[in-house]
Formats: sequence, structure tokens, C-alpha cells
Amino acid sequence: MAKLEHPDITSDMIPRIDEVINTHKDTAGAVIPVLRECQDIVGYLPVELIDYISIGLNLPKSDVLGVATFYSLFSLTPKGRHIVRVCLGTACYVKGGKEIMNRIRKTYGLDEGETSEDRRFTLEAVRCLGACGLAPVMVVGQDTHGGVTPDRVINILEQYE
Amino acid sequence: MATARLQLMLCGGTGCQASGSREFHAALEEEIKKQGLKDEIKIIETGCNGFCALGPVMLVQPEGIFYQQLKPEHAPLLVEEHFLKGRPVEKLLYVEPASKETIPTMNEIPFFAHQKFWVMKNKGAIDPESIDEYIARDGYFGMAKALTEMRPEEIIQEVRDSGLRGRGGAGFPAGLKWQFASKAESDIKYVLCNADEGDPGAFMDRSILEADPHAVLEGMIIAAKAINASQGYIYCRTEYPLAIERLNLAIKKAREYGLLGEDILDTGFNFDIDIYQGAGAFVCGEETALMRSIEGKRGMPRPRPPFPANKGLWERPSVLNNVETLANIGQIILNGAEWFASVGTESSKGTKVFALSGDINNIGLVEVPMGITLRQMIYDIGGGIPKKRKFKAVQLGGPSGGCVPEQYLDTSVDYEEIARVGAIMGSGGVIIMDEKTCMVDMARFFMDFIQDESCGKCVPCREGTRRLLEILNKICGGEGEPGDIEDLEELSAVIKESSLCGLGQTAPNPVLSTLRYFKDEYLAHVYEKRCPAKKCAALLKFWVDPDKCKKCGLCYKACPVGAISWQKKEPAYIDQSKCIQCLSCYEACRFGAIE
Repeated sequence: MAKLEHPDITSDMIPRIDEVINTHKDTAGAVIPVLRECQDIVGYLPVELIDYISIGLNLPKSDVLGVATFYSLFSLTPKGRHIVRVCLGTACYVKGGKEIMNRIRKTYGLDEGETSEDRRFTLEAVRCLGACGLAPVMVVGQDTHGGVTPDRVINILEQYE
Repeated sequence: MATARLQLMLCGGTGCQASGSREFHAALEEEIKKQGLKDEIKIIETGCNGFCALGPVMLVQPEGIFYQQLKPEHAPLLVEEHFLKGRPVEKLLYVEPASKETIPTMNEIPFFAHQKFWVMKNKGAIDPESIDEYIARDGYFGMAKALTEMRPEEIIQEVRDSGLRGRGGAGFPAGLKWQFASKAESDIKYVLCNADEGDPGAFMDRSILEADPHAVLEGMIIAAKAINASQGYIYCRTEYPLAIERLNLAIKKAREYGLLGEDILDTGFNFDIDIYQGAGAFVCGEETALMRSIEGKRGMPRPRPPFPANKGLWERPSVLNNVETLANIGQIILNGAEWFASVGTESSKGTKVFALSGDINNIGLVEVPMGITLRQMIYDIGGGIPKKRKFKAVQLGGPSGGCVPEQYLDTSVDYEEIARVGAIMGSGGVIIMDEKTCMVDMARFFMDFIQDESCGKCVPCREGTRRLLEILNKICGGEGEPGDIEDLEELSAVIKESSLCGLGQTAPNPVLSTLRYFKDEYLAHVYEKRCPAKKCAALLKFWVDPDKCKKCGLCYKACPVGAISWQKKEPAYIDQSKCIQCLSCYEACRFGAIE
């Protein structure tokens, strides 16, 4: 098998990646689950990893890269320790989601899709988390925060180191 | 286990969990244990109750007492007063905002009283993780009837007679779709469930999956019998982890009970279901794109025909139904087509689940009989508009839909009636907008969404939506010119006519419907450089009306850039050169003195 070398992929990750590839190898249409599970292990999808997956699944590299770039779930660049997802779905937008987003952008000097240099936060805009009853909504990692205001949002984020 | 004296149906839906229902659950459990009531009182974590705005909510059965906005510190009080002494805790009951009247039982709260629970009959009433509780409420009875007593053509006829139409938005008759697939010749066929609920502002499918996952499985098994399929997939968006977890559990349980897998109910019929997680692409809600995605490709639509009923997933005949459509099937088979068709209008039968959100008092999930008017839904169930503001428009159908203004609020919930006023039934997202919403900005918002989610395969959608967005950005940015509105109209017509799939064909709808009803706002933006709703920052100039100013200084304190000068007993003044149009002062003023 090909060799996988990348500064963000540690030696203990490689057997886990191999296992993911081997479990799905013979299933048709397995690219998306494989990419998902590998991203869960590494945190994102470096191009070297995409090469490795395409060899493992015996698919053209262009197919795997094509899928990885099509879906918003996959990221080819590193992510922060905390992924901040601000909902800009209709309900949240009507309730001021844009103002929340602007406050975060100004405070941390981050744009949508960017990661801070210390890899503390990655800022993302999402289109509806289906929690419209709590609009405007922000999700940090696994925690959902509802009824967020521009003033409160920084206090919430400061709790995440 | 002995039957508990009281059952506490605590909502564990996504909305209530985010409001802290897990923490309350832990506190309540602890308190019940402390008081030695563990055998008498049972806490059941249910799926979404629907009244998300008041979360966490809990229903005490069999009394029907409804508690709202619960916090961990309320647990001792509840146990002591209500569960021990039998006195409901008044301060945690629901208060009707208009009359200020306290309403103790759930059935009397107007929000619930005007609804009709068919699809959501089990929501909040059963533990979604228990297959036994689903079966106890006639679950899987419809499937048993279909598998043991009915031939496939009888099943299809029953669904056709019921008049059930696709709840995902387009409203295609479900039975007809099944008939096409049943006639297609192939040894392998698929039944697919579309749980890729992508419309912003829609969360019906998530709630159904979280509250009653077995109802969806039952519908799929019946569909499989009808078209003779042996494999099913549920395509669920990855943003719904709780729904996926509950579905996984439901599938496992159904297999253990012999309701899924080989030789179901000893009838010799084989059918199994797998879950397929989406990866965040709105276009995958389109049927051919969804099938591409399951095949592990980029989720791009393809031209039809051939229709999926003949060539779908892996080129095999496939039926794709939406979550809510499938959740109706079990009851239609069990109770009969006539029962289902007894509710609704001439062309739209049964009920429809809507997600009410935006500027409305009772945010949450509602199920209404077809034929009810939008006004009844917004005012009688939704409780009207908060903060004494005026209603402006209601947006139906998400990015493919349109806005309905005040004068058409008496339109009834019916596929054709809603289409007549320029919106669509859609998947069920209902966003209410008050007078402070700018309709041009709203159109811009949807166009931003669509051009971002356009898959890029066909030119009209990829390039056209981008050009529409550019024009709208220009107008909202105060740089609109004569001709822009005409360009919007022309471009919209072209995109509608020439796009490949439903996403592109409906993409200009938000622009067209706002132009139809709110053209004056577009004109004000372009020709007067004015945003009537005070939303488009570039068009705003704030000043203080000295006559209305109460000299309180709230605006002065609110301004983040020091653009406001104020001294005690003097009206405030805004320095235009420093103002960043952030609206802080406008929001802070309690007297409407800032315009």
C-alpha cells in the first residue's frame, strides 16, 4: 500500500484510516462515508490523505477530490479547536443572525470559512440547523446556544479556550 | 414493571435540549429519587413536542398538565407541590399572552387546540426509543395489514384513493408514483426516504424522525411491498445527529422484532433499510441528485426522463418519498383511504405539518387540517405577531417559495390555492415577517442561499442566480439604477424557463413574488435611495427627532462608536460622519425618537 505522510497525521491515526478504508472498500458508493470517517480522525482532509483514499478505494483521484470539494461537510484546510457555526437560515436571519455574525467577525478578525491563527476558532455560516424556535442560533462544537444577541455572543465564545 | 402513577413526558427534541432539558431531566430524576418516588413516577424523554419557543416543556400524564420553560431549580418545587401534594405549580404553567389567563392543561392551550394530530399523533406521547410504545398505539398494524391481507395493487389503490400528495413540496400524488415504479420491470428495486430537509426555516421532518421514527420505517415497508422492493435507504442530512441516532435504534429494534429484514411477519417478504448520511449540499434534496449522492458521486441532478420510477438509484426503479409522506402511510392503510380523504379540500387531503418561525409568538411545529386559512394558522395557533408590530408577509416554501401579503391571508392551505397567490405549499417552512423586515433584503437573502447552493451543472442556474444576487446587492447597497428592476424580471424569467432541475426552476421565485407584492419597496430603494423597513444599512441615515426625544441618554450609551452627543436635559444628536448605521441607537430608543 502507498505511504501516508503528513505533519497533521500522526502514526496512531494511520491504522484507523486503514481500517475505515478496508471496511468500505468493497461497497459501491462508499466515498462519502470514508471521507467523513477519515475527516473525523484527522480533523480535515489534507490532499495527501485524499490521494491515499483514492488508492485504497481504487478510484480515480479526480473522483474523490470532486466529491470532497462538492459537499460543504468536507474541508481541505485545517479547522480550529472549536467550530463556531452561526445559523443564517431564514428564521435566524429574520431574528438578527447577520448581526451576530458581524460581531464575531469584527471581534476575532475572522471571515466566514476562516480559522484563527492559533487554531482556536473556525467560523462558519450554516443554512438552518432546524432549531428555528431558538433563533438566532449559534453552535459551538456540539453545544447549541439559542436566543443569542450580539452583546452576549462574545461572552459565550470566551468560555471556549 | 408496575404502572407508574404519573408519567412525565419531558420533551427531548433538539429545541428543548438546547434550552436545557437534559439538565432539567437530571435534576428532576435526582429529586424524585430523593423523595422516594422512583416507582411511582416515570420520566419519559419524548421527541419534539412542537412548542419549541417555550422549551423545555413537559406534559404530566394522565392529568394533561403542561409545564413550560423549566429549569433545574424548579425540580424540588414540582416534586414537592405537584407530585406529592397534587397542587400544580402555577408559575410554571402556560399563560396566554393576549388574555394573561393561565391555562393548565395542554389540550386547552389554543396552540394545541386548533391542531389536528395525525402524522404527529405520537409526538410527546411515546418514548421514541421504545418500539413497544409505538406498537401499543397501533404502530405497525397498517404494515401487518398490508403484508398479510393486501395485494400490492390494492395497497397502491388505497394510497391513490386517499389523495395523499408528496409532502416534500411538489405535491405529486404518492400512489401514482408507486404505481409507475411497480410497473417497471426489474429484479431489484429501491424505496428511498428523503430526509435531507434543506429548506431554511423548516424542521418538520427532523421533529417527526426524532419523535416517531418507527412511523417512517412502517411507511417504507408498506411502499416496498407495493412496488416489490427489497432494499431501502433513508437519506438524512448530517446536521440532524439526534434523528440519525433514533433512526439507527429504531431500525435495530425493528430487525429484532422481525419487522425488518428477512421473512417479515413470516410472510416471506424481505426488506431492509440502511441510513445514508448526507454531507451538506442543499441540491441533494432533489431526487436525482439525492440518488447520485447515495451512489457516492457529486450530488448533481440529471435531466428527466428517464424518471426514477424507471431508472433511479443504480439505474434501478426507485421510489423516493419525503419523511412526512411516509409517516402518513401506516395510518392510511390501517384506517382506509376514506378516513384520510374525509379531511381537507377537493385536491388536498389530510393534514400538513408546518414549522412556524420568525416574527410570531408561538414558534414551533404545528399540524393543521388542509383547508384551514393562513390567517387561522398565524393568529389562532401562532398567537399573532409579537411586540405589537404589524404583520407584513408570510414566506412559504423556503427558497423555492414565495411571500404572501396581508390581503391574501384568507387563502386556504391547499396546493393549488397557495400556488395561485404566488407561493408554494413547499415542505412546510412558514416564516412570518413583521413590518421591520425589508422585502428586497429578504429576496437578496434567498438569492445568496441559492447561488451558494447551485450545483453548477447548468448555466442558467449557476450564472443567472449570481447575476440576480449582484443586482440585488447593488440595490440594497444604495447603488440601484433605473433598469435594474427590469433586469431582475427578465433574468428571472430566463432562469425559470431554462434551468435543469427544480432548484433552478424555482430559484427566482423569492424575487418574483416580492416584486409582485412589494414593488414599491424596490422602487424606494432604487429611485429614492430609501429602505422603508430600515434594514439596508447603506441606505440609512439616522437622526433624532428633538420633539420625541425624552433626553434619557439610552442611545448615547448604546452607540459603539461615539457618534452620539448627549447631555442631561438636552436632546441627543447624531454625528453623521461617525455613524456606522449599526442600528444600536435605533433599537435602544424606547420612544421612537430616532428615525
